[in-house]
Amino acid sequence: MQLENANIEQLSFAELIKQNIRKLSMFIMLGLILLVFAFLTNGVNLTPRNITNIFIQNSYILILAVGMVLVIIIGNIDLSVGSVIAFSGAISAMIYNLGLGLIPTLLLSLVIGGLIGCFQAFWIAYMKIPAFITTLAGMLLFRGLTYIITSVTPISLRDDGFKQIASGSLQIKGFTIGSMDGFSLLVMVLAIVLLAVFTIRQRNQKLKKGFSVLPFHFSIYKIVALSALIIFVFTRFAMYRGIPTVGLVLFITTALFMFLTNNTVIGRYIYAVGGNAKSAKLSGINTERVIFTTHVIMGVLCGLSGVVFTAYMNSALPQAGDKFELDAIASCYIGGAAASGGIGTIIGAITGGLVMGVINNGMSLMNIGADWQYVVKSSILLLAVFYDIWSRKKSGLG
Amino acid sequence: MGEDYILEVRNLTKDFPGVRALDQVDFKVKRGEIHCLVGENGAGKSTLMNVVSGVFPKGEYEGEVFFNGVETNYKSTKDSENAGLSIIHQELTLSPYLPIYENLFLGHMKTRFGVIDWDTCLKESYPLLKRVGLLESPETIVSKMSVGKQQLVEIARAISQNAELIIFDEPTSSLNDEESQNLLNLLKEFKKEGITCIMISHKLDEVLYVADSITILRDGLSVVSLDLSKQKVTEQEIIKGMVGRELKNLFPQKEPQIGDVVFEVKNWTVYHPDYHTMKIIDDASFFVKKGEIVSFCGPMGAGRTEMMMSIFGGSYGYGASGEIILNGEKVTFKSPKDAIEKGVGYVSEDRKTLGLILIQDVKTNITNSSLKKISKRGVLNKDLELSEANHYKEALQIKTPSLEQLVRNLSGGNQQKVVLSRALMADPDVFIVDEPTRGIDVGAKYEIYSILNEMVKQGKSVIVVSSELTEAISMSDRIYVMNEGKIKGVIPGEEATQEGILQMALIG
Repeated sequence: MQLENANIEQLSFAELIKQNIRKLSMFIMLGLILLVFAFLTNGVNLTPRNITNIFIQNSYILILAVGMVLVIIIGNIDLSVGSVIAFSGAISAMIYNLGLGLIPTLLLSLVIGGLIGCFQAFWIAYMKIPAFITTLAGMLLFRGLTYIITSVTPISLRDDGFKQIASGSLQIKGFTIGSMDGFSLLVMVLAIVLLAVFTIRQRNQKLKKGFSVLPFHFSIYKIVALSALIIFVFTRFAMYRGIPTVGLVLFITTALFMFLTNNTVIGRYIYAVGGNAKSAKLSGINTERVIFTTHVIMGVLCGLSGVVFTAYMNSALPQAGDKFELDAIASCYIGGAAASGGIGTIIGAITGGLVMGVINNGMSLMNIGADWQYVVKSSILLLAVFYDIWSRKKSGLG
Repeated sequence: MGEDYILEVRNLTKDFPGVRALDQVDFKVKRGEIHCLVGENGAGKSTLMNVVSGVFPKGEYEGEVFFNGVETNYKSTKDSENAGLSIIHQELTLSPYLPIYENLFLGHMKTRFGVIDWDTCLKESYPLLKRVGLLESPETIVSKMSVGKQQLVEIARAISQNAELIIFDEPTSSLNDEESQNLLNLLKEFKKEGITCIMISHKLDEVLYVADSITILRDGLSVVSLDLSKQKVTEQEIIKGMVGRELKNLFPQKEPQIGDVVFEVKNWTVYHPDYHTMKIIDDASFFVKKGEIVSFCGPMGAGRTEMMMSIFGGSYGYGASGEIILNGEKVTFKSPKDAIEKGVGYVSEDRKTLGLILIQDVKTNITNSSLKKISKRGVLNKDLELSEANHYKEALQIKTPSLEQLVRNLSGGNQQKVVLSRALMADPDVFIVDEPTRGIDVGAKYEIYSILNEMVKQGKSVIVVSSELTEAISMSDRIYVMNEGKIKGVIPGEEATQEGILQMALIG
């Protein structure tokens, strides 16, 4: 190991933190908010039941935030998501009530979301109508259509099967360790092992190819920190009802889109178009197609979110999804996305969504009404974005 | 005191995160002179002027600035304007959709009881425009005028505020020769009227034409101040001061190996994107051979950039017609993507808004055009990306702390190399570069020329759009001369002279 020192960057831990403070700040904020509410609620917000609830109650917003951050990165906005959720949720409930199974219903709902996405994306990408206007029209259009197809009455579901998407758990019957769910713990151990193996393997591969890497003990810090997070979340799951199904949906969505943004050509194109559309076009990027694709992805995720929300409510409500667009947009900005486009991350949007979710949840536990929740959430939004802009300016990034 | 200094900067130090932009700089400007400030990109010229004019308020820098003998304490440029100090930035700051006279008085309109008195503003704008020699109605919308005229509006705006000192930041960088000449003469007029001017410039002939004094900055240090009334100075001496060594050759040598025609455009006609009856390019035909560097010269507005962009996948204009023949086959370019895939690359003159993605890092900017090459089924090979980007960083000697550095933090010359890298990585046969050396310093220019030479050596063809005639003459095998959307003629490189080109453009 000593011989390879040439490729190891000499960096102290403090310097590493300093360099990455902007990236880390939102995680720190989430941790602090959790702790503040733990103090204010005597630890109730950290109980297994409540942690599980935070995931379930925010899942549909987090799914939306994943799509929304892509839209924001290309420099657009989508105001229609709340209405599209209501519409696709209503249709999925109708399909399910016709007797279709859970999986076909889910897939059909994704297709419907995707088609709605195509419709709006066509106007935005090829007819050059600003996304703000197109999706404002979409917001009204799909709310109206939802009222028409539901006759403004909730659609109840034929059985409890649908509900499992939101409130069900991934469990193996009878597999318990002590009083805890065995499957959750198994997944937890697996996750930590995989994390450690991949982190170290990646570093070794870089070394082999002659790229510079950080000293080895930083890899250990990273593994320890992430493992602590994994252990915290999964033991909470294990002590309550196991891993919620929606947690798996959320994990797959997040992982898929993290991969898409970081490791694929289309991901790069999305950042390039958002960073400078004219330059991207002259670089040989089909900017219209990138914009189109992004809005279609948003539509598909609305379809998914619609199914999850319908499952959570155990019925399709005509007024479902009201103001969800605002929560999704706020999540992205709290998570460090830039309103001018080109900047934003999936993990940021998820963290931003969790910040909002933890605040909602904590204040509800404290029996604080929606009135004050709005006031607190708006302050967090302003402060978070202010910090982001200020720190970016200070470090010469913006 | 002895001398009467209107501006005196003592021991000025200004730090940016990670960089010391100015290091204990001293700078003195005599009242009523034209003082030129020269230096390579990144030498700190603009930073110095930003400190002087209050863009960086007191407290963000160390040192002292005296204006008219009083230490300044500006909180913004508004304060410095009120004190009689105006700055004309490289990027124009007019509001494009307002008429001239509204722009002239923007921010300090004549009011009566708090209501703007537009009639007075309009009336007072006539003498101002006359003073700067702008023959336009004050009611003309700014965006409809050329950049040169817009700049005159900015200058008129400065003198309307009784500026005693006007700072020009590379005022001629986007002007043609005639407009540049007029501007330089205007500076001399101002001198007669007792207005002091500071000019930042890369064009040494212009500097020597107007300057009474010259200050050279290098790497944030004030290297030397020259008083031209006391000593003769040559361009060579200034360059030596700027780069710290003598640059014998401004242009690298090349041995052309020219082959057959690879790229030909016939009867190319393009109309204005908004006014569909206005011909911008009129029946232009030209060709480029393998291994050849061909330049397009002509005054500003001759249509050179417009022609290249319209050829490059219809990136400009309306209703383009004509033929494009690439490697003997007739082709059409539906989009820039299509053109790149068929082997034609284009590097825009406007690297900040059309070339780079400023908020992205060096690596991403280099690879953006060629992601297909470094990916499989849409998934990027990030290690390959890193090594490819590193290859271009080494080959073009891009000076950057790392490939993860944001391009906005690089100097102009290095930014230009990043754009060139991106186009090179897409591996074009025909490479169109629009004003490749605009706004970059002498040393970097030499490196850019070497890169172009290297390309033709590898059997590629290079088309250069250039407004610098000396550059076009020294670099090209042939020069096409354009004006008013037409190709006026072609001159072999070795026969070309500045006079010959101008004569052909304007008369021939």
